[in-house]
Amino acid sequence: MGGVRTAGDLVARVQMTKRLRLPEAKRYVAERLGCDPFELSDPVKMLDIRRDLGLGGLSHQDVTTVEDAVALGAKFGIAEVLDVPIPSVEQFARLVGDRLRRD
Amino acid sequence: MEQRIPTRMGDGSCAFMTRSEIRADVVAGVEAAVKRAKVAPLADAEIDHLVHIFASPARFSAVDLGDEVILSSDGVGSQEVGSRIDDLRFYEQVVCTDTVELYHMDYSYKPVKGVLPFEQATMRQAQLLLTLPCQYGAMPDLGLYTQPDGPVPNWSALLPEGRIDEAREAQREAVELAVEDIVHVAESMHAAGADGINLDTAGAAGDADFLASLLAVERLRARFPHWGIQIGMASEFVLGMHGELEFHGTRLAGLWPEAQMRLAAEAGVSVFGPAINVNTGKSVAWNTARAVTIVKPCADAATVPVHMNVGMGVGGVPMHPVTPVDAVSRASRACVDLLRLDGL
Repeated sequence: MGGVRTAGDLVARVQMTKRLRLPEAKRYVAERLGCDPFELSDPVKMLDIRRDLGLGGLSHQDVTTVEDAVALGAKFGIAEVLDVPIPSVEQFARLVGDRLRRD
Repeated sequence: MEQRIPTRMGDGSCAFMTRSEIRADVVAGVEAAVKRAKVAPLADAEIDHLVHIFASPARFSAVDLGDEVILSSDGVGSQEVGSRIDDLRFYEQVVCTDTVELYHMDYSYKPVKGVLPFEQATMRQAQLLLTLPCQYGAMPDLGLYTQPDGPVPNWSALLPEGRIDEAREAQREAVELAVEDIVHVAESMHAAGADGINLDTAGAAGDADFLASLLAVERLRARFPHWGIQIGMASEFVLGMHGELEFHGTRLAGLWPEAQMRLAAEAGVSVFGPAINVNTGKSVAWNTARAVTIVKPCADAATVPVHMNVGMGVGGVPMHPVTPVDAVSRASRACVDLLRLDGL
């Protein structure tokens, strides 16, 4: 589907965590992103949607600024927008939470 | 006189066939599948579509816009340019696969257990830098548990000697050891932040190997209800090296993709990947037609996402380390178009 260039990684996460077949997974993601399933594979459309929702994507300077979420930061947004568990997000949140509680 | 169209053989070599010859190969591939796997043949329209794909002289073939599927990965990168994390980031940012997989060069769960902390450290670093899902993968590889590499007697040596009971007992013992190793590695990688685990080439050592995979998945699913758990098969047919092993009352020896998928789904996989072996002496058209015919019942009955293995030596793709893109794209498109797959 095009990975982070489109919504391929998002549909893949939904397949992995919710065990949805592809049409259902695409509909689920499209609904969460506020677009049509056909647009999930459109890199032009998805660049704007991902940026607006803080879902990361391609990280080179042509398409990303320092204000945009990337990598682990983007995964926080992905977990929230798609309502999927992401182990690395939960682990990082736990570490940060422990420190905040301690301080 | 019919024009000769460039195509490929199952070993990757270039061949020139007429449209009629391609059609004959497609029909023969379907017939071979029906005979071997006892499945229904493809419909005429499906055969026509395969001929349309393989009789094209275009360098590349692809699905229609909107029909794109997920490309999940087993071990990405060659580990020869930069670090393993560089490989993962390259596949995310440049190749743009939909998932990536961290792997150890000794790609089996038994040896990975010995370097687990290092694998965990790499996975944790990778998760800080990646956006797309990154799973960890290895093979159950039951053979590694046999002597001299492992503790149990070698059933491949016992069977030719007629020592059937001992061979079966050795396989049962290996299953127990493999399940513990797979679960231990998987739990550790979950703790490191992995988005999933992949049991690659499940069934490679026969029904005991497939049983170990299913039992491991069942335990992992009970522990992690929403984690990515993937099984990718080694071959099209589960070989009965033991012959009497069962999972949930179903004997594993002799299972084809549809039954394999049902058991994998019962065990709790997120993704199931059937694998159909390539005959290097036949054309890619023949091989793809055969693969599609065998997998069709599996795809039609699927209750979990099906990511068919379409790569070197499986799913119609030539058995060659430098797989030609003309063959890969044709086989991939044929499988997606006719099987309505959830991924590759």
